[in-house]
Amino acid sequence: MAEYSAFSLLKNALTGNKDWKPAWRKPAPKASYDVIVIGGGGHGLSTAYYLAKEHGITNVAVLEKGWLGSGNVGRNTTAVRSNYLLPANTRFYEHSMKLWENLSHDLNYNVMFSQRGCLNLAHTPAQLDDFARRGNAMRHLGVDAELMTTAEIARLVPALDVSATARFPIVGGLMQRRAGTARHDAVAWGYARGADRRGVDIIENCEVTGFLRDGDRIIGVTTSRGEIRARKVAVAVAGSTGQVMRLAGIDTMPIESHVLQAFVTESLKPFIDTVLTFGMGHFYMSQSDKGGLVYGGDLEGYNSYAQRGSLPVVDEVMSEMLALFPGLARVRMLRSWGGVCDMSMDGSPIITTGPLPGMYLNCGWCYGGFKATPASGWCFAWTIAKDEPHAFNAPFTLDRFHRGLVIDDKGQGATPRLH
Amino acid sequence: MLITCPYCGPRDVIEFTYQGDGNRERPQPASQNLDAWNAYVYDRLNPAGDHNEIWQHSGGCRAHLRVVRNTLTHEISSVAFARGDHKVAARHKAEGKT
Repeated sequence: MAEYSAFSLLKNALTGNKDWKPAWRKPAPKASYDVIVIGGGGHGLSTAYYLAKEHGITNVAVLEKGWLGSGNVGRNTTAVRSNYLLPANTRFYEHSMKLWENLSHDLNYNVMFSQRGCLNLAHTPAQLDDFARRGNAMRHLGVDAELMTTAEIARLVPALDVSATARFPIVGGLMQRRAGTARHDAVAWGYARGADRRGVDIIENCEVTGFLRDGDRIIGVTTSRGEIRARKVAVAVAGSTGQVMRLAGIDTMPIESHVLQAFVTESLKPFIDTVLTFGMGHFYMSQSDKGGLVYGGDLEGYNSYAQRGSLPVVDEVMSEMLALFPGLARVRMLRSWGGVCDMSMDGSPIITTGPLPGMYLNCGWCYGGFKATPASGWCFAWTIAKDEPHAFNAPFTLDRFHRGLVIDDKGQGATPRLH
Repeated sequence: MLITCPYCGPRDVIEFTYQGDGNRERPQPASQNLDAWNAYVYDRLNPAGDHNEIWQHSGGCRAHLRVVRNTLTHEISSVAFARGDHKVAARHKAEGKT
Protein backbone atom coordinates (compact mmCIF):
# COMPACT_ATOMS: atom_id res chain seq x y z
CA MET A 1 0.00 0.00 0.00
CA ALA A 2 2.91 2.35 0.59
CA GLU A 3 2.67 3.97 -2.80
CA TYR A 4 3.54 7.47 -1.73
CA SER A 5 6.89 7.78 0.01
CA ALA A 6 10.02 9.85 -0.25
CA PHE A 7 11.53 6.98 -2.23
CA SER A 8 8.65 6.71 -4.71
CA LEU A 9 8.56 10.48 -5.19
CA LEU A 10 12.29 10.51 -5.98
CA LYS A 11 12.08 7.48 -8.27
CA ASN A 12 9.19 8.92 -10.24
CA ALA A 13 10.81 12.33 -10.41
CA LEU A 14 13.89 10.73 -11.98
CA THR A 15 11.81 8.76 -14.48
CA GLY A 16 9.72 11.72 -15.64
CA ASN A 17 6.63 10.94 -13.54
CA LYS A 18 5.43 8.53 -16.22
CA ASP A 19 4.81 5.53 -13.95
CA TRP A 20 2.23 6.84 -11.48
CA LYS A 21 -0.90 4.74 -11.46
CA PRO A 22 -4.31 6.45 -11.36
CA ALA A 23 -5.48 6.74 -7.76
CA TRP A 24 -8.59 4.73 -8.60
CA ARG A 25 -9.72 2.62 -11.54
CA LYS A 26 -12.75 3.39 -13.71
CA PRO A 27 -14.46 0.00 -13.66
CA ALA A 28 -17.73 -0.82 -15.40
CA PRO A 29 -20.40 -1.89 -12.93
CA LYS A 30 -20.74 -5.62 -12.31
CA ALA A 31 -24.17 -7.27 -12.23
CA SER A 32 -24.06 -7.73 -8.47
CA TYR A 33 -22.11 -6.88 -5.33
CA ASP A 34 -22.24 -7.72 -1.66
CA VAL A 35 -22.77 -4.07 -0.80
CA ILE A 36 -23.71 -1.01 -2.86
CA VAL A 37 -22.96 2.38 -1.36
CA ILE A 38 -24.95 5.14 -3.06
CA GLY A 39 -23.00 8.38 -2.98
CA GLY A 40 -19.32 8.89 -3.80
CA GLY A 41 -18.72 11.72 -1.37
CA GLY A 42 -16.57 11.64 1.71
CA HIS A 43 -18.95 9.49 3.71
CA GLY A 44 -19.68 6.99 0.95
CA LEU A 45 -15.98 6.58 0.18
CA SER A 46 -14.95 6.23 3.81
CA THR A 47 -17.76 3.70 4.32
CA ALA A 48 -16.41 1.60 1.45
CA TYR A 49 -12.87 1.97 2.77
CA TYR A 50 -13.75 0.77 6.27
CA LEU A 51 -15.99 -2.02 4.92
CA ALA A 52 -12.93 -3.36 3.13
CA LYS A 53 -10.34 -2.59 5.77
CA GLU A 54 -12.15 -3.36 9.02
CA HIS A 55 -14.65 -5.98 7.93
CA GLY A 56 -13.04 -7.66 4.93
CA ILE A 57 -16.01 -6.86 2.68
CA THR A 58 -14.39 -5.93 -0.60
CA ASN A 59 -17.07 -6.85 -3.15
CA VAL A 60 -18.45 -3.32 -2.88
CA ALA A 61 -19.54 -0.69 -5.39
CA VAL A 62 -19.69 3.04 -4.68
CA LEU A 63 -22.14 4.67 -7.10
CA GLU A 64 -21.66 8.37 -7.75
CA LYS A 65 -24.05 10.42 -9.86
CA GLY A 66 -21.42 12.97 -10.87
CA TRP A 67 -17.69 12.73 -10.47
CA LEU A 68 -15.94 11.74 -7.31
CA GLY A 69 -15.93 14.38 -4.59
CA SER A 70 -18.08 16.85 -6.54
CA GLY A 71 -20.51 17.39 -3.68
CA ASN A 72 -20.08 18.62 -0.15
CA VAL A 73 -16.74 16.92 0.46
CA GLY A 74 -15.24 19.47 -1.91
CA ARG A 75 -17.44 22.38 -0.82
CA ASN A 76 -16.99 22.63 2.94
CA THR A 77 -14.82 24.95 5.01
CA THR A 78 -12.60 22.03 6.17
CA ALA A 79 -12.96 22.48 9.92
CA VAL A 80 -12.55 19.42 12.15
CA ARG A 81 -13.58 19.55 15.81
CA SER A 82 -15.30 17.52 18.53
CA ASN A 83 -16.54 20.27 20.85
CA TYR A 84 -20.10 19.12 21.49
CA LEU A 85 -22.19 19.20 24.65
CA LEU A 86 -24.23 16.01 24.58
CA PRO A 87 -22.49 12.68 25.23
CA ALA A 88 -23.83 10.98 22.07
CA ASN A 89 -22.34 13.69 19.87
CA THR A 90 -19.16 14.06 21.91
CA ARG A 91 -18.34 10.34 21.80
CA PHE A 92 -19.03 10.08 18.09
CA TYR A 93 -17.11 13.18 17.04
CA GLU A 94 -14.23 12.37 19.39
CA HIS A 95 -13.96 8.97 17.74
CA SER A 96 -13.79 10.85 14.46
CA MET A 97 -11.07 13.11 15.86
CA LYS A 98 -8.99 10.09 16.84
CA LEU A 99 -9.34 8.67 13.34
CA TRP A 100 -8.34 12.05 11.89
CA GLU A 101 -5.21 12.09 14.04
CA ASN A 102 -3.92 8.98 12.29
CA LEU A 103 -5.65 9.35 8.93
CA SER A 104 -2.69 10.37 6.78
CA HIS A 105 -0.71 7.34 7.98
CA ASP A 106 -3.69 5.04 7.71
CA LEU A 107 -4.42 6.08 4.12
CA ASN A 108 -0.78 6.67 3.12
CA TYR A 109 -2.18 9.90 1.75
CA ASN A 110 -1.41 13.32 3.18
CA VAL A 111 -4.77 14.79 4.15
CA MET A 112 -2.92 17.78 5.61
CA PHE A 113 -4.66 17.45 8.96
CA SER A 114 -3.54 20.47 10.93
CA GLN A 115 -4.45 20.61 14.63
CA ARG A 116 -4.41 24.36 14.84
CA GLY A 117 -7.25 24.58 17.35
CA CYS A 118 -10.80 25.83 17.19
CA LEU A 119 -11.74 28.85 19.28
CA ASN A 120 -15.38 29.74 19.97
CA LEU A 121 -15.67 33.39 20.95
CA ALA A 122 -18.01 34.42 23.78
CA HIS A 123 -19.46 37.90 23.81
CA THR A 124 -21.47 37.89 27.03
CA PRO A 125 -20.75 36.50 30.51
CA ALA A 126 -23.75 34.19 30.13
CA GLN A 127 -22.35 32.82 26.89
CA LEU A 128 -18.99 32.26 28.54
CA ASP A 129 -20.75 30.36 31.35
CA ASP A 130 -22.45 28.24 28.73
CA PHE A 131 -19.09 27.56 27.06
CA ALA A 132 -17.60 26.61 30.44
CA ARG A 133 -20.41 24.11 30.86
CA ARG A 134 -19.76 22.66 27.41
CA GLY A 135 -16.01 22.60 28.04
CA ASN A 136 -16.56 20.73 31.30
CA ALA A 137 -18.87 18.26 29.55
CA MET A 138 -16.16 17.67 26.95
CA ARG A 139 -13.39 17.18 29.52
CA HIS A 140 -15.64 14.83 31.46
CA LEU A 141 -15.59 12.56 28.40
CA GLY A 142 -11.87 12.92 27.86
CA VAL A 143 -11.94 15.60 25.17
CA ASP A 144 -9.61 18.57 25.51
CA ALA A 145 -11.14 21.98 26.15
CA GLU A 146 -9.94 25.13 27.81
CA LEU A 147 -11.40 28.53 28.55
CA MET A 148 -9.41 31.47 27.30
CA THR A 149 -9.41 35.03 28.57
CA THR A 150 -9.66 38.00 26.26
CA ALA A 151 -5.98 38.79 26.81
CA GLU A 152 -4.98 35.24 25.80
CA ILE A 153 -7.21 35.48 22.74
CA ALA A 154 -5.65 38.81 21.76
CA ARG A 155 -2.21 37.16 21.85
CA LEU A 156 -3.41 34.19 19.79
CA VAL A 157 -5.28 36.23 17.16
CA PRO A 158 -3.69 39.67 17.04
CA ALA A 159 -5.89 40.93 14.20
CA LEU A 160 -9.06 40.42 16.21
CA ASP A 161 -10.85 43.49 17.52
CA VAL A 162 -10.85 42.74 21.26
CA SER A 163 -11.55 46.32 22.33
CA ALA A 164 -14.45 47.23 24.58
CA THR A 165 -15.81 49.37 21.76
CA ALA A 166 -16.12 46.45 19.33
CA ARG A 167 -19.62 45.91 17.98
CA PHE A 168 -19.81 42.75 20.14
CA PRO A 169 -16.99 42.91 22.71
CA ILE A 170 -15.22 39.62 23.37
CA VAL A 171 -15.30 38.40 26.96
CA GLY A 172 -13.50 35.09 26.48
CA GLY A 173 -13.65 31.89 24.52
CA LEU A 174 -13.60 28.12 24.51
CA MET A 175 -10.63 26.51 22.80
CA GLN A 176 -10.22 22.94 21.60
CA ARG A 177 -6.52 22.66 20.76
CA ARG A 178 -6.79 19.31 19.01
CA ALA A 179 -9.35 20.67 16.53
CA GLY A 180 -8.21 22.07 13.22
CA THR A 181 -8.54 21.72 9.48
CA ALA A 182 -7.84 19.13 6.79
CA ARG A 183 -7.49 19.26 3.03
CA HIS A 184 -10.95 18.18 1.93
CA ASP A 185 -10.15 16.97 -1.60
CA ALA A 186 -7.29 14.88 -0.26
CA VAL A 187 -9.72 13.18 2.10
CA ALA A 188 -11.93 12.15 -0.83
CA TRP A 189 -8.97 11.06 -2.94
CA GLY A 190 -7.25 9.25 -0.11
CA TYR A 191 -10.33 7.25 0.84
CA ALA A 192 -11.08 6.57 -2.84
CA ARG A 193 -7.60 5.20 -3.45
CA GLY A 194 -7.61 3.18 -0.23
CA ALA A 195 -10.97 1.62 -1.10
CA ASP A 196 -10.03 1.03 -4.73
CA ARG A 197 -6.77 -0.72 -3.86
CA ARG A 198 -8.70 -3.09 -1.60
CA GLY A 199 -11.01 -4.05 -4.46
CA VAL A 200 -13.91 -1.63 -4.17
CA ASP A 201 -15.38 -0.49 -7.51
CA ILE A 202 -15.87 3.27 -7.59
CA ILE A 203 -18.33 3.94 -10.39
CA GLU A 204 -18.68 7.57 -11.36
CA ASN A 205 -21.38 9.11 -13.58
CA CYS A 206 -23.77 6.43 -12.42
CA GLU A 207 -27.05 7.89 -11.20
CA VAL A 208 -29.40 5.74 -9.15
CA THR A 209 -32.85 5.96 -10.73
CA GLY A 210 -34.75 3.47 -8.61
CA PHE A 211 -34.59 0.53 -6.22
CA LEU A 212 -35.06 -3.15 -7.04
CA ARG A 213 -37.32 -4.82 -4.53
CA ASP A 214 -38.40 -8.25 -3.51
CA GLY A 215 -41.52 -7.48 -1.51
CA ASP A 216 -40.36 -5.00 1.11
CA ARG A 217 -36.72 -5.96 0.78
CA ILE A 218 -34.29 -3.83 -1.23
CA ILE A 219 -32.24 -6.14 -3.48
CA GLY A 220 -30.46 -3.64 -5.70
CA VAL A 221 -30.77 -0.47 -7.70
CA THR A 222 -31.53 0.65 -11.22
CA THR A 223 -29.03 3.17 -12.50
CA SER A 224 -28.19 5.19 -15.56
CA ARG A 225 -25.67 2.37 -16.25
CA GLY A 226 -28.07 -0.54 -15.80
CA GLU A 227 -29.36 -2.73 -12.99
CA ILE A 228 -27.02 -3.61 -10.15
CA ARG A 229 -27.98 -6.08 -7.46
CA ALA A 230 -26.69 -6.31 -3.93
CA ARG A 231 -27.59 -7.95 -0.65
CA LYS A 232 -27.14 -4.65 1.09
CA VAL A 233 -27.76 -1.16 -0.25
CA ALA A 234 -26.37 1.76 1.75
CA VAL A 235 -27.49 5.35 1.17
CA ALA A 236 -25.03 8.18 1.91
CA VAL A 237 -26.21 11.03 -0.27
CA ALA A 238 -26.35 14.06 2.09
CA GLY A 239 -28.47 16.80 0.54
CA SER A 240 -30.12 14.39 -1.90
CA THR A 241 -31.41 12.09 0.86
CA GLY A 242 -35.05 13.08 0.36
CA GLN A 243 -34.83 12.49 -3.38
CA VAL A 244 -33.20 9.08 -3.11
CA MET A 245 -35.50 7.90 -0.32
CA ARG A 246 -38.49 8.94 -2.44
CA LEU A 247 -37.25 6.48 -5.07
CA ALA A 248 -37.63 3.81 -2.40
CA GLY A 249 -41.21 4.92 -1.70
CA ILE A 250 -40.41 6.86 1.48
CA ASP A 251 -41.93 10.29 0.96
CA THR A 252 -41.10 12.11 4.16
CA MET A 253 -37.92 12.32 6.20
CA PRO A 254 -36.98 14.39 9.26
CA ILE A 255 -34.71 16.37 6.95
CA GLU A 256 -34.81 19.54 4.87
CA SER A 257 -32.24 20.42 2.21
CA HIS A 258 -30.73 23.89 2.61
CA VAL A 259 -27.91 25.73 0.91
CA LEU A 260 -24.85 26.78 2.88
CA GLN A 261 -22.35 29.13 1.29
CA ALA A 262 -18.62 29.25 1.74
CA PHE A 263 -16.11 31.91 0.74
CA VAL A 264 -12.42 32.36 0.17
CA THR A 265 -10.42 35.58 -0.08
CA GLU A 266 -7.32 36.35 -2.07
CA SER A 267 -4.14 34.96 -0.51
CA LEU A 268 -2.77 36.83 2.46
CA LYS A 269 0.35 36.47 4.52
CA PRO A 270 -0.15 34.41 7.69
CA PHE A 271 -3.09 36.09 9.39
CA ILE A 272 -4.82 33.58 11.64
CA ASP A 273 -3.48 30.19 12.74
CA THR A 274 -6.60 28.76 14.34
CA VAL A 275 -10.21 28.12 13.43
CA LEU A 276 -12.28 30.95 14.85
CA THR A 277 -16.03 31.15 15.40
CA PHE A 278 -18.10 34.22 16.15
CA GLY A 279 -20.54 33.93 19.04
CA MET A 280 -23.04 36.66 18.19
CA GLY A 281 -24.03 35.44 14.78
CA HIS A 282 -22.97 32.57 12.62
CA PHE A 283 -19.48 33.00 11.25
CA TYR A 284 -16.35 30.84 11.22
CA MET A 285 -12.98 31.33 9.60
CA SER A 286 -9.61 29.70 9.09
CA GLN A 287 -6.70 30.32 6.74
CA SER A 288 -5.75 27.82 4.09
CA ASP A 289 -2.16 26.83 3.42
CA LYS A 290 -2.33 28.87 0.21
CA GLY A 291 -3.12 31.93 2.32
CA GLY A 292 -6.78 32.46 1.47
CA LEU A 293 -9.14 33.08 4.34
CA VAL A 294 -11.80 30.37 4.19
CA TYR A 295 -15.02 31.30 5.91
CA GLY A 296 -18.74 30.81 6.05
CA GLY A 297 -21.89 31.80 7.84
CA ASP A 298 -25.50 30.85 8.08
CA LEU A 299 -27.82 28.91 5.80
CA GLU A 300 -29.83 30.74 3.16
CA GLY A 301 -32.78 30.07 5.44
CA TYR A 302 -35.18 28.46 2.99
CA ASN A 303 -35.31 25.03 1.36
CA SER A 304 -32.98 24.84 -1.61
CA TYR A 305 -31.22 22.35 -3.86
CA ALA A 306 -29.59 25.11 -5.89
CA GLN A 307 -25.89 24.53 -4.91
CA ARG A 308 -25.45 28.29 -5.03
CA GLY A 309 -26.18 31.05 -2.58
CA SER A 310 -27.73 34.49 -2.63
CA LEU A 311 -26.36 37.97 -2.04
CA PRO A 312 -28.19 38.82 1.22
CA VAL A 313 -26.22 36.05 2.97
CA VAL A 314 -22.97 37.24 1.37
CA ASP A 315 -23.71 40.67 2.80
CA GLU A 316 -24.44 39.26 6.25
CA VAL A 317 -21.33 37.06 6.37
CA MET A 318 -19.07 39.93 5.30
CA SER A 319 -20.51 42.22 7.96
CA GLU A 320 -19.91 39.55 10.60
CA MET A 321 -16.33 39.17 9.43
CA LEU A 322 -15.78 42.93 9.67
CA ALA A 323 -17.31 43.06 13.15
CA LEU A 324 -14.46 40.76 14.25
CA PHE A 325 -11.70 41.93 11.91
CA PRO A 326 -12.15 45.56 10.84
CA GLY A 327 -8.75 45.30 9.16
CA LEU A 328 -10.11 42.95 6.51
CA ALA A 329 -12.37 45.61 4.96
CA ARG A 330 -10.22 45.96 1.85
CA VAL A 331 -9.45 42.30 1.31
CA ARG A 332 -11.02 40.98 -1.85
CA MET A 333 -13.21 37.91 -1.87
CA LEU A 334 -11.99 35.49 -4.50
CA ARG A 335 -14.76 32.94 -4.77
CA SER A 336 -18.00 31.86 -3.16
CA TRP A 337 -19.97 28.69 -3.64
CA GLY A 338 -22.80 26.73 -2.11
CA GLY A 339 -23.49 23.17 -1.04
CA VAL A 340 -26.75 21.42 -0.26
CA CYS A 341 -26.88 20.38 3.39
CA ASP A 342 -29.14 17.67 4.75
CA MET A 343 -30.48 19.51 7.78
CA SER A 344 -31.95 17.11 10.33
CA MET A 345 -34.61 18.31 12.75
CA ASP A 346 -32.38 18.08 15.85
CA GLY A 347 -29.03 18.98 14.32
CA SER A 348 -27.64 15.46 14.77
CA PRO A 349 -27.03 12.80 12.13
CA ILE A 350 -28.69 9.50 11.29
CA ILE A 351 -26.58 6.34 10.84
CA THR A 352 -28.79 3.31 11.00
CA THR A 353 -30.05 0.05 9.57
CA GLY A 354 -33.23 0.33 7.52
CA PRO A 355 -35.68 1.90 7.20
CA LEU A 356 -36.41 -0.91 4.70
CA PRO A 357 -34.98 -4.44 4.89
CA GLY A 358 -31.71 -4.59 2.96
CA MET A 359 -31.24 -0.83 3.24
CA TYR A 360 -28.86 1.24 5.41
CA LEU A 361 -29.10 4.97 5.88
CA ASN A 362 -26.51 7.66 6.59
CA CYS A 363 -27.74 11.28 6.50
CA GLY A 364 -28.67 14.38 8.49
CA TRP A 365 -25.19 15.89 8.58
CA CYS A 366 -26.32 19.51 8.74
CA TYR A 367 -23.30 21.84 8.65
CA GLY A 368 -20.92 19.32 10.10
CA GLY A 369 -20.47 16.41 7.76
CA PHE A 370 -16.84 16.97 6.87
CA LYS A 371 -15.37 16.53 10.36
CA ALA A 372 -17.48 13.40 10.74
CA THR A 373 -16.16 11.77 7.54
CA PRO A 374 -13.90 9.15 9.18
CA ALA A 375 -16.26 8.17 12.01
CA SER A 376 -19.32 8.29 9.78
CA GLY A 377 -17.79 5.78 7.40
CA TRP A 378 -16.33 3.72 10.24
CA CYS A 379 -19.68 3.47 12.07
CA PHE A 380 -21.70 3.01 8.89
CA ALA A 381 -19.40 0.20 7.74
CA TRP A 382 -19.84 -1.48 11.14
CA THR A 383 -23.63 -1.10 10.90
CA ILE A 384 -23.70 -2.55 7.38
CA ALA A 385 -21.33 -5.41 8.16
CA LYS A 386 -22.94 -6.48 11.43
CA ASP A 387 -26.55 -5.42 10.82
CA GLU A 388 -26.54 -3.50 14.05
CA PRO A 389 -25.12 -0.14 15.08
CA HIS A 390 -21.87 0.36 16.95
CA ALA A 391 -22.25 2.01 20.36
CA PHE A 392 -20.95 5.24 18.81
CA ASN A 393 -23.85 5.52 16.37
CA ALA A 394 -26.55 3.62 18.25
CA PRO A 395 -28.23 6.90 19.38
CA PHE A 396 -28.36 8.20 15.77
CA THR A 397 -31.50 6.34 14.74
CA LEU A 398 -34.15 7.48 12.28
CA ASP A 399 -37.04 6.76 14.63
CA ARG A 400 -35.62 8.83 17.50
CA PHE A 401 -37.71 11.79 16.35
CA HIS A 402 -41.00 9.95 16.75
CA ARG A 403 -39.85 8.31 19.99
CA GLY A 404 -38.88 11.52 21.76
CA LEU A 405 -35.16 10.66 21.80
CA VAL A 406 -33.84 13.62 19.84
CA ILE A 407 -30.19 14.62 20.30
CA ASP A 408 -30.62 18.36 20.41
CA ASP A 409 -27.17 19.76 21.21
CA LYS A 410 -28.42 23.33 21.10
CA GLY A 411 -31.51 22.67 23.21
CA GLN A 412 -33.54 24.59 20.71
CA GLY A 413 -36.33 22.22 19.69
CA ALA A 414 -37.22 20.90 16.28
CA THR A 415 -35.85 23.03 13.49
CA PRO A 416 -33.85 22.13 10.39
CA ARG A 417 -31.41 25.00 10.96
CA LEU A 418 -29.15 23.70 13.73
CA HIS A 419 -25.35 23.58 13.62
CA MET B 1 -34.96 36.71 -5.25
CA LEU B 2 -38.10 38.82 -5.46
CA ILE B 3 -41.41 37.82 -3.89
CA THR B 4 -44.50 39.58 -5.19
CA CYS B 5 -46.56 40.43 -2.15
CA PRO B 6 -50.26 40.73 -3.05
CA TYR B 7 -50.41 44.02 -1.10
CA CYS B 8 -47.02 45.55 -1.72
CA GLY B 9 -45.88 44.24 -5.11
CA PRO B 10 -42.45 42.77 -5.90
CA ARG B 11 -40.08 43.10 -2.93
CA ASP B 12 -36.62 41.79 -2.17
CA VAL B 13 -36.42 38.54 -0.22
CA ILE B 14 -34.68 40.28 2.70
CA GLU B 15 -38.03 41.86 3.60
CA PHE B 16 -39.51 38.40 4.15
CA THR B 17 -39.19 35.78 6.87
CA TYR B 18 -39.31 32.14 5.91
CA GLN B 19 -41.75 30.20 8.01
CA GLY B 20 -41.11 26.85 6.49
CA ASP B 21 -42.86 24.02 4.80
CA GLY B 22 -46.48 24.82 3.97
CA ASN B 23 -47.50 21.21 3.38
CA ARG B 24 -47.72 20.33 7.04
CA GLU B 25 -51.07 20.19 8.78
CA ARG B 26 -51.10 21.27 12.38
CA PRO B 27 -53.30 19.02 14.50
CA GLN B 28 -55.94 20.56 16.72
CA PRO B 29 -54.24 21.97 19.84
CA ALA B 30 -56.02 19.43 22.06
CA SER B 31 -55.22 16.51 19.78
CA GLN B 32 -53.52 13.54 21.41
CA ASN B 33 -52.76 11.90 18.09
CA LEU B 34 -49.00 11.44 18.51
CA ASP B 35 -48.44 10.34 14.93
CA ALA B 36 -50.10 13.49 13.62
CA TRP B 37 -48.03 15.71 15.94
CA ASN B 38 -44.81 13.89 15.07
CA ALA B 39 -45.54 14.25 11.38
CA TYR B 40 -46.28 17.94 11.83
CA VAL B 41 -43.15 18.65 13.86
CA TYR B 42 -40.57 16.41 12.16
CA ASP B 43 -41.55 14.98 8.78
CA ARG B 44 -40.85 16.86 5.57
CA LEU B 45 -41.49 16.21 1.88
CA ASN B 46 -38.39 18.29 1.02
CA PRO B 47 -38.96 18.23 -2.76
CA ALA B 48 -36.38 19.18 -5.40
CA GLY B 49 -38.79 21.24 -7.47
CA ASP B 50 -41.98 23.12 -6.63
CA HIS B 51 -42.31 23.59 -2.89
CA ASN B 52 -45.38 24.84 -1.08
CA GLU B 53 -44.15 27.15 1.68
CA ILE B 54 -45.18 29.94 4.06
CA TRP B 55 -43.44 33.32 4.14
CA GLN B 56 -44.24 36.43 6.14
CA HIS B 57 -43.71 39.90 4.73
CA SER B 58 -42.23 40.82 8.09
CA GLY B 59 -40.41 43.90 6.77
CA GLY B 60 -43.54 45.18 5.04
CA CYS B 61 -47.25 44.63 5.45
CA ARG B 62 -46.68 41.62 7.76
CA ALA B 63 -49.09 39.44 5.78
CA HIS B 64 -48.51 35.69 5.84
CA LEU B 65 -48.16 34.33 2.34
CA ARG B 66 -48.43 30.93 0.74
CA VAL B 67 -45.71 30.76 -1.89
CA VAL B 68 -44.97 28.05 -4.44
CA ARG B 69 -41.25 28.23 -5.21
CA ASN B 70 -39.00 25.92 -7.15
CA THR B 71 -36.19 24.78 -4.83
CA LEU B 72 -33.84 24.17 -7.77
CA THR B 73 -34.29 27.48 -9.62
CA HIS B 74 -36.01 29.75 -7.03
CA GLU B 75 -38.71 30.54 -9.62
CA ILE B 76 -41.90 31.54 -7.85
CA SER B 77 -45.04 30.33 -9.57
CA SER B 78 -47.67 31.59 -7.15
CA VAL B 79 -48.10 33.87 -4.14
CA ALA B 80 -51.36 34.06 -2.22
CA PHE B 81 -52.50 35.04 1.24
CA ALA B 82 -52.02 32.15 3.64
CA ARG B 83 -55.10 33.06 5.64
CA GLY B 84 -57.33 30.94 3.43
CA ASP B 85 -55.54 27.95 4.91
CA HIS B 86 -56.54 28.70 8.45
CA LYS B 87 -59.56 26.57 7.75
CA VAL B 88 -57.33 23.48 8.02
CA ALA B 89 -58.10 23.07 11.70
CA ALA B 90 -61.77 23.79 11.12
CA ARG B 91 -61.93 21.10 8.44
CA HIS B 92 -60.40 18.56 10.82
CA LYS B 93 -63.07 19.40 13.33
CA ALA B 94 -65.85 19.01 10.78
CA GLU B 95 -64.50 15.61 9.74
CA GLY B 96 -64.28 14.50 13.36
CA LYS B 97 -60.48 14.00 13.17
CA THR B 98 -58.27 14.83 16.06
